[in-house]
Amino acid sequence: MPDYEAVIGLEVHAQLKTRSKLFCACSTVFGEEPNRNTCPVCAGMPGALPVVNKKAVEYGVKLSQALDCQVNDRSVFARKNYFYPDLPKGYQISQYEHPLAEEGQLEMPVNGSMRQVRIVRIHMEDDAGKSIHGAENTSYVDLNRTGVPLLEIVSGPDIFSPDEAVAYLKSLRNILIYLDICRGNMQEGNFRCDANVSVRPRGRPEYGTRTEVKNMNSFRFVHKALTYEINRQIELLEDGEQVVQETRLFDESSGQTKSMRGKEEAHDYRYFPDPDLVPLSISVRDREEWSRELPELPLSKWRRFLRDYALPEEAADILTGEKDMADYFERVVACFGEPQTVGNWMISEMLRELNEGNISASESPLAPEQLAELLRLIQQEKISSKIAKQIFPEIFARGLDPETYVEEKGYLQITDESRLQEVVREVIAENPDEAASYKQGKKKLMSFFMGQVMKKTQGQANPKLVDQLLRSELGG
Amino acid sequence: MTAIYQMSLTEMSHRLQSRELGVEQAVSACLERMEATEPDIGCLLHLERETALQRAREMDAAGPDPEQPLWGVPVVIKDVLATKDVPTTCGSRMLESFVPFYDAEAVDRLKRAGAIILAKSNMDEFAMGSSTENSAFALTRNPWDTERVPGGSSGGSAASTAAGQTPLSLGTDTGGSIRQPAAFCGCVGIKPTYGRVSRFGLVAYGSSLDQAGPFARSVEDAARVLQVIAGKDAKDSTSSPEPVPDYIAALAERDDLKGIRLGLPEEYWGEGLESDVDGVCRSALHKAQELGAELVPVSLPHSPYAIAAYYIIVMAEASSNLARYDGVRYGYRDTSEKELTRMYFATRSKGFGREVQRRIVLGTYVLSAGYYDAYYKKAAQVRRLVREDYQRALQDCDLLLAPAAPGVPFRLGEKVEDPLQMYLTDIFTNPLNLTGLPGLSLPAGLGPETGLPIGLQLFGPSFGEEKLLQVAYVLEGALPDLPFPRGVDK
Ligand SMILES: [Zn+2]
Repeated sequence: MPDYEAVIGLEVHAQLKTRSKLFCACSTVFGEEPNRNTCPVCAGMPGALPVVNKKAVEYGVKLSQALDCQVNDRSVFARKNYFYPDLPKGYQISQYEHPLAEEGQLEMPVNGSMRQVRIVRIHMEDDAGKSIHGAENTSYVDLNRTGVPLLEIVSGPDIFSPDEAVAYLKSLRNILIYLDICRGNMQEGNFRCDANVSVRPRGRPEYGTRTEVKNMNSFRFVHKALTYEINRQIELLEDGEQVVQETRLFDESSGQTKSMRGKEEAHDYRYFPDPDLVPLSISVRDREEWSRELPELPLSKWRRFLRDYALPEEAADILTGEKDMADYFERVVACFGEPQTVGNWMISEMLRELNEGNISASESPLAPEQLAELLRLIQQEKISSKIAKQIFPEIFARGLDPETYVEEKGYLQITDESRLQEVVREVIAENPDEAASYKQGKKKLMSFFMGQVMKKTQGQANPKLVDQLLRSELGG
Repeated sequence: MTAIYQMSLTEMSHRLQSRELGVEQAVSACLERMEATEPDIGCLLHLERETALQRAREMDAAGPDPEQPLWGVPVVIKDVLATKDVPTTCGSRMLESFVPFYDAEAVDRLKRAGAIILAKSNMDEFAMGSSTENSAFALTRNPWDTERVPGGSSGGSAASTAAGQTPLSLGTDTGGSIRQPAAFCGCVGIKPTYGRVSRFGLVAYGSSLDQAGPFARSVEDAARVLQVIAGKDAKDSTSSPEPVPDYIAALAERDDLKGIRLGLPEEYWGEGLESDVDGVCRSALHKAQELGAELVPVSLPHSPYAIAAYYIIVMAEASSNLARYDGVRYGYRDTSEKELTRMYFATRSKGFGREVQRRIVLGTYVLSAGYYDAYYKKAAQVRRLVREDYQRALQDCDLLLAPAAPGVPFRLGEKVEDPLQMYLTDIFTNPLNLTGLPGLSLPAGLGPETGLPIGLQLFGPSFGEEKLLQVAYVLEGALPDLPFPRGVDK
């Protein structure tokens, strides 16, 4: 039985975060009343003309630069003609022969090693609207989304497993978010992906017949759909059958991909240059300015975190996985130092709260300076780390000043030796049997006494001091 | 004294500004003229009587505004230009009920200059035609001979202006749709350089070819209108930032044609000209020479291919531009069909006329996979060659001079059944649109055999409207004055 290899190419549609649409001044705000964000241009009224949104061009160029693409001196908008009720002009304005950018690459860590995926092209286009199918065979069209700018990012056939596909998508999404040009939310549909999938016996240079898989709206579904599709194709080949070139839709409920029965393939889009728009030429000045504005990208940041903060890879993965998280981390480190302690705290305590509230680090009610202060209180032994963990959910949720809070609530650690001495003596007196056992050599009982002292002090006793006192009282 | 309707734009404007003439008086006179002439020529689709009169009274009350060069002047607009709150049908059933909530930029500029919209004029459906016979709503007749066509597709505007309904009107020229009807109706028409006038609100036919421009009864009047509508518009990416010169001032700069080299393209002056056209145009050449112009033979060798390239490009663009008329959002919908694809078919089969459907089908074909390279791409290459021909000829001459059409206005119905014959009537006007260069059509006189107006056209370099107007203005002074058309002045 031959060993098979999958070959995957991904087409991502990233909706840009511009305030207005690609060819008109309408708002791109999500969730408005249907057809509120429309005008003669995006509603395809007679005589209306498109004018390119320069911000969208800037975003497109920035992504192209971030992916090391060749930005074309001259790119041309083209009409992609087809009829559909949510496509008001009867054509989508896209780019065809001369896209915005070509020939780039995305480098990403997969299972501990670096992988490079070629970017074939990046082009700009406008989004279609939404058809809403109501009861009794009635359909409605909402054009709010019509004309929202999209970037289509086409990868080379350089992805060989569902794991790699997900890693690629996560890296690309992360870059978009770092650039602050896309929300990157698959469920909301502002980061969408189609996959071209084929399989071939390992080692054979030519590609097998591919299928296009659509309708995967989460990373998990991408993984599921690709796994299913690869296995389906391998089974077909093993049974001596042929893979049919077609578009297949992923069905979430069954976890399978299903044929669209060639409906899509019948399209002839009759692309031709859009005469309403002049070719897009990007000046050297804009190009240089936008390039200067590029932020540190995830991979560089990841490498820097490993190098400068001596973080383990896993911690660097999590901290640079979201730009907000990385920024937050660096602000805490700037105040407090101790990157590893900060990292641990963020990954354990803070991430849990963020996930619970379903918010990003930038939306955290607790400012980075406040987290630094909390860590400083532990460092200065004003509170124990146990207390700190205990009070964290509340000060996080309310964005409270940690020092004021622990003072007001009386959580400051008891470091008063004479007071602790009293408590230690009380505990020993109340537990004569355990004291006797300890003295006879059952040293394990130390933690029992520690626990008792903590109980009496509501956990506020300085554990180091208690340890010392217990040892001297119990003798050894 | 001249009747109000006979006044030139220049004269009417002067009298309005000086309050010798009231705006309501001017509007009423134009409305009366429309009433008198419409039964014969039928060039209007929609009349804005009440709103126009109302507006006129308001303006009379407010008094003239010297900053507004067309203050109080009544105008007619081709129905392909969007007019806010006024029906804009493009001569098509598809848009019979369509009332835009926005003005075309050219219309908006006229309004801001003080003009009052009196009516929308008839046209070939979606500007596809050369005789205005393709309108879904009305038959427009030539004011010189009501058995003949006014030309097209802006036949309604040309006939209206020629008949004195208003001193000016707007048309659009995609392949001669201003210059050819101007010639057929005996008025002045300008197709500006592509990008000179905003296309915003001009319902697209061939987007890379369409330009709006004026009809008037004199070169000076046409210049005044162009002055108002020309200029960069942020809403049209293809409109040019090139500064707009003072056209009126330019007219005063010369009173002869000394030092002007006029190129005569051999492809336009050869065989195939009807004798009236040949005779009238050649006598105009003679006049030009007398005025000091030097006539230079030039050649535009790719002209034979221009008409094919033109029709391929315009139909390709049209097939895409007209895709939006699908019955979903506005305009006509066949409600008897419930299934989407069937609704599309029924709506577009019933909403569009035959010629429009023919062009959509042909345009779809030339863009199809497997045919694109042989048709559209090849046509785009020919287009470049045609443009180079014109540019080369204009390096050697100031302007080019040619008849506006090979023949006089043809009879109604004469070419309706033969689309190819109809397409060939544009053979002298199409190529210019491929080049984007400006052109002006000027009445050269009446044909001795037919008594019908004959037009001469001038082509200029890119954004060379100033020179075009200057030369036309001088030439106009030497050419015979046309009377008001006899078809409507019985
Ligand atoms: Zn809009």
